[in-house]
Amino acid sequence: MADVETTSPANNASQVNTKAPSPLLKVEALKTHFPVRKEFSSRSTSFVYAVDGVSFSIQKGETLGLVGESGCGKSTVGKTILRLVEPTAGRVRFEGTDITALSRREMRPFRQMMQIIFQDPYSSLNPRMSVGNIVGQPLIIHKIASGQELEHRVGALFERVGLRAEQMRSYPHEFSGGQRQRIGIARALALNTKLIIGDEPVSALDVSIQAQVINLLMDLQEERDLSYLFISHDLAVVEHISHRVAVMYLGKLVELADKREIYINPLHPYTEALLSAVPTPDPTVRGKKRILLEGDVPSPINPPSGCRFHTRCPLAESQCRIEEPVWREATPGHWVACHLR
Amino acid sequence: MDLMTKTMKRPEPILEIDNLRTTFHTRDGVIRAVDGVSYRLNRGEVLGVVGESGCGKSVTALSILQLIQKPPGQIEATAIRFNGKNLLDLSERQMQRIRGNEISMVFQEPMTSLNPILTVGRQIGLVIDAHADLSRTETKNKTVEMLRLVRMPSPKQRLDEYPHQLSGGMRQRVMIAMALSCNPQVLIADEPTTALDVTIQAQILNLMNDLREQLGTAVIMITHDLGVIAEMTQRVVVMYAGRKVEEAAVEDLFRAPQHPYTAGLLASVPRLAEDSRSLKDRMRLKEIPGMVPATTSARQGCLFADRCSYVTDRCRIETPILEESTSGHWTACWETEKLVANYG
Repeated sequence: MADVETTSPANNASQVNTKAPSPLLKVEALKTHFPVRKEFSSRSTSFVYAVDGVSFSIQKGETLGLVGESGCGKSTVGKTILRLVEPTAGRVRFEGTDITALSRREMRPFRQMMQIIFQDPYSSLNPRMSVGNIVGQPLIIHKIASGQELEHRVGALFERVGLRAEQMRSYPHEFSGGQRQRIGIARALALNTKLIIGDEPVSALDVSIQAQVINLLMDLQEERDLSYLFISHDLAVVEHISHRVAVMYLGKLVELADKREIYINPLHPYTEALLSAVPTPDPTVRGKKRILLEGDVPSPINPPSGCRFHTRCPLAESQCRIEEPVWREATPGHWVACHLR
Repeated sequence: MDLMTKTMKRPEPILEIDNLRTTFHTRDGVIRAVDGVSYRLNRGEVLGVVGESGCGKSVTALSILQLIQKPPGQIEATAIRFNGKNLLDLSERQMQRIRGNEISMVFQEPMTSLNPILTVGRQIGLVIDAHADLSRTETKNKTVEMLRLVRMPSPKQRLDEYPHQLSGGMRQRVMIAMALSCNPQVLIADEPTTALDVTIQAQILNLMNDLREQLGTAVIMITHDLGVIAEMTQRVVVMYAGRKVEEAAVEDLFRAPQHPYTAGLLASVPRLAEDSRSLKDRMRLKEIPGMVPATTSARQGCLFADRCSYVTDRCRIETPILEESTSGHWTACWETEKLVANYG
């Protein structure tokens, strides 16, 4: 099940990466389980299977979109890659090095290259620090710059993300949501960044501001050859920004393919349902046929047997209830876990 | 659909807001959350109100039901007419008889708008009891009937459950059941699906559409999501910084927006591709530069002027007047002819 996609020519699909054979980031059979106590008095523990065997890779300069609904484990994937949460099993390779086995000290050089942008620009900036200080912190902590040099570099970062250098002395509450997200981006760029994990980075923003931030992220990627893991529940935004897209359901990937493949030719019934559920901003196509899924997402504490999606799948057969589908490459670069497709 | 075309021919207003101004007096100055907004809702119609955070779309709705705390809030209007009578003339007691009974509301956050220490059955029962004189068994039966109406799985069993035991989608079903339990004539839905996942959102929108057809309730659908607007509404009001900038039938608005803000909004939404031809490789999105002006700042001229590509000197001085360009299409913009020329 935990087959890794290396053996495949998966990268042919995304034209950008044909030159780069070894990926920047490689996630192999990653599992993150959180213990929960069943009852107050009980000693037996059960687990939330937040991430339960996820494998993918990201090339240099590539954006992989990771979509799924709340509670599917997509944010935990991001946090586990950065070891903000420790994995239960599996490996995360960054430029070939397995970083899950590194000590805190050994991790440090890697931390400079991997950054995260959070969803909520209100709670992810320290309200008691000036924004210049917030953006400069990574440079201070890693002893890269100080004094005039620090000031100069932070100023340049501010200008690059569309803020004015003299705004460095202000505090987070003086900025709007969109500006705060720009500050978060400046902080993520302060070091020698190669990979940015965006955990719903534009979900809290209004449409007109969202477009500004998406454009900024795409420009920066081109300029600096950055790789993004773009985590989002918004399929239209993901389509826009990604080269490849992975769809997650209850701790597992159900489909992964080149953007064109996944949006035009989805194989997994869950991907199909997700795409068809998005309301179209065009009144002339109103009343299009929808695949309406029944019920809610089951609990990740006690996930369904067999295929985890079988309880809501409109196509489910008896096999799906018993046997877990294998993660396989249906066509070159198009991975899916479904018995029927 | 028949009912709709009939009402379109001879629209009969059920709710009319006439020049509403809602202000909040704070230490930092007066916030003009709603600044002279008028719109009407016709019988059996779904009216969409769209705009970004802080545009005043929710405060308008709260003002209709007088759910604004005063002070610091203050509601002024020529009139807010419901079935011809001015709601502003009513006493608090009379208002209570309107709320939840004739006009009811569904909020965005089903977790914070349900009482966590009351069971689902008790919560819906309270609404029914407040407005109808029923025995305990009748109330209970009505509650189960309402839960069945909103397609709650195993409705009888839910009566004794608490909100925290329900999923987000089920909580929103409870909210809708409460709102519809007295068969209101007007339902105000304030971002009813924003907190929900897309597959659950599709379920709830589908449910709301069916119920509206079944019960004939007129709906004000407040949302920032242009997809929801396109999917659910017949007529749309666009708000910006506390003012109404455009109003039109939904097809007209999407086909030929006449206000630069509406046009900008429509252009900046990322859309799912329908086929491989429309799936472009990572194009830049159109953006609206700058940001919404502070609600406390000077309110001279057009409030969108600083972000507008059509701006002229006049826009910064004179506040544009809302004018009807084509039948039923209203715009507050001095340069609207340029847009009409662009979009046809």
